Amino acid sequence: MSVRQAMPVQPADVRAHNFKEVALGYTQEQAVAEAERCIECKKPQCVKGCPVNIDIPAFIKSMKTSDFDDAIDKIKETNSLPAVCGRVCPQETQCEMYCILGKKEEPVAIGRLERFCADYEREKGVKAPQRTTSTGKRVAVVGSGPAGLAAASDLAKAGHEVTMFEALHSAGGVLIYGIPEFRLPKDIVAEEVDYITQLGVELKSGYVIGKIKTIDDMKNEFDAIFLGTGAGLPNFMGIDGENLNGVYSANEFLTRVNLMKAYQFPEYDTPIKRGKRVIVVGGGNVAMDAARCALRLGADEVSIVYRRSDEELPARREEIEHAKEEGIVFRLLTNPVKILGDENLMVTGAECVKMELGEPDDSGRRRPQVIEGSEHVVDADIVIMAIGTSPNPLIFEGATGLEKSKWGTIIVDEAGMTSIDGVCAGGDVVTGAATVISAMGAGKLAAHTINEYLL
Amino acid sequence: MTYNILEKYEMVPTVHLMKIDAPDVAKAAKAGQFIILRIDETGERIPLTIADFDAAEGYVTIIFQEMGKTTKHLAKLTTDDKLQDFVGPLGQPSEIEKLGTVVLVGGGVGVAPIYPQARAYRKAGNKVISIIGARSKDLLILEDEMRAQSDELYITTDDGSKGHHGFVTQIVLKLLEGDEAIDRIVAIGPPVMMRAVAGVVAPFDVETLVSLNPVMVDGTGMCGGCRVLVDGKTKFACVDGPEFDARKVDFNLMMSRLGLYRPEEADAVEAYEKECESETGCGGGCTCQ
Repeated sequence: MSVRQAMPVQPADVRAHNFKEVALGYTQEQAVAEAERCIECKKPQCVKGCPVNIDIPAFIKSMKTSDFDDAIDKIKETNSLPAVCGRVCPQETQCEMYCILGKKEEPVAIGRLERFCADYEREKGVKAPQRTTSTGKRVAVVGSGPAGLAAASDLAKAGHEVTMFEALHSAGGVLIYGIPEFRLPKDIVAEEVDYITQLGVELKSGYVIGKIKTIDDMKNEFDAIFLGTGAGLPNFMGIDGENLNGVYSANEFLTRVNLMKAYQFPEYDTPIKRGKRVIVVGGGNVAMDAARCALRLGADEVSIVYRRSDEELPARREEIEHAKEEGIVFRLLTNPVKILGDENLMVTGAECVKMELGEPDDSGRRRPQVIEGSEHVVDADIVIMAIGTSPNPLIFEGATGLEKSKWGTIIVDEAGMTSIDGVCAGGDVVTGAATVISAMGAGKLAAHTINEYLL
Repeated sequence: MTYNILEKYEMVPTVHLMKIDAPDVAKAAKAGQFIILRIDETGERIPLTIADFDAAEGYVTIIFQEMGKTTKHLAKLTTDDKLQDFVGPLGQPSEIEKLGTVVLVGGGVGVAPIYPQARAYRKAGNKVISIIGARSKDLLILEDEMRAQSDELYITTDDGSKGHHGFVTQIVLKLLEGDEAIDRIVAIGPPVMMRAVAGVVAPFDVETLVSLNPVMVDGTGMCGGCRVLVDGKTKFACVDGPEFDARKVDFNLMMSRLGLYRPEEADAVEAYEKECESETGCGGGCTCQ
């Protein structure tokens, strides 16, 4: 039996006070040792767990002989964002879940190996990609998040002239505004975006499609369009006190910290309220990110308030463990019913109730029910709502014939084509909030569909 | 991508006009919309209502008052400088239609966003009555421009140095109590002024709109920082607004939210001014010397 190589990390008591990356990455020796754990099955199952079909056995085999150049080439055949995916993919529910080793021991750490190869290449200097001869076809990609980047990359590789529109000032979507520096350094995202522009993709940032141009306008300028505008609209609970000063959506809190670098205020001009006692409502990865950012901004106590139990927390187990190690308090089976404030309309806390789990609901998870008489107050000067996001409706302004579901998501067929011919969509704007890699998979599928449409 | 500053001057003390070379924004812009700009890499994103635009010439005009660090810095820029980001047009355009008589009220720097509305309402065939106010005559902007787009123009100054001695609300009330039917009022200015207008119009049955300018980050509905309470419902000023029914806005909440970062803003201004005064601080990079 072989033991999985542990990921070196910054000690919890140190990293809780800085924004540097938590996981430090394998050494070369560790990477080769971990690669050697791969038993090269005759019928490898891992690939079917990968939404972008990386030839996992092949790149791991190259790593065994320390041929990391070959390994990264193999990864990049289907994945243009390996340094990102190696860090933020939930491998435990994807490739690694299918690894044969996982039946008896721990699966091969495929994600960590992918990250090692990507980092190895970045340190050496990424070689500029070859440009393909132009097909003369113009394709617009709306949104530069994971779906847009994946689509733009494949479309450019196919020889189309790609223009990628981004509403914010930096490309990357959730990779830039959402996921914090300590999980995904922004330099890495910038380099991955650079790689895609080197493929010939023209990036237009600060362009809000639906406002400066509409889909109707763009149909005259482009031969095909991909919509990867994500699920950027924050949900609120609709309870009293949610508009008090000191209540943030996770989107706003994270955007201030990550995109605007408010943690470096006043060197950066964007301010943020640094709470002493912070409550984060929700149990997903976004909630963990917001909580850990609040801690790093200097809070004395940060707690996650979640209405179900530990078992149902939707965040990755690794993120939950990291948060616990750093001292985040978990108030489970707890739900806020009212945000409390003072005469200056500043938050002072949240009135919460205790919950118990009843019968399973439509999602298969046990339905939380309020325990009568369990009202209690949790003091707080900052409350962050991390209870999910919805698609942004701006894209529908001036998009004649673009069909949407009752949830506001864009309706597509199996190939990713919307109700408008030549306009594809993919990622969170189609599925609702999901993962980076599933959005990338949808971007790749749409790129394939657009290729066939254009040729 | 950066944006050239085509023209820049100080209209009255601390209020500046800037013409920005932004053809795509100019082409799409409509009265009532706003832009978000960022001066440089370390800058914050600030929303400013569009004061003028010319699709043929490809420029957008903004008018701003020196308030916080960003507007103070912006005031020091010249036509040799560039803006890092200039995003727009954002928000819902004003619903300009032929109504009859429209009263446009602009207070202080709020006269700037009122101007394109006056032009648009006039063009749509309305009788335009404008009321523009300032603390003092030295701080009054766009008087000639507003006169040219208005059938009647009233001027008010808090200190009585020009026009009516008092507030714009007093003229609004006089008009409401007069014989002429008023079909719509649009009031833009400091929150205190807009709240006062909302108070004055309350007993009358006249549609009254205000343009809100709360704290924003992205301006596309993503952060929810700009949320305001209108008729008991949460709205995002950036995508649902910026114009709302004055009589339904919770001004106290809005004004309190506007003050959230006041301590941080004060620190930033102090640090910025110290840096500008020091000989070595900015190295002349900010063009303040």
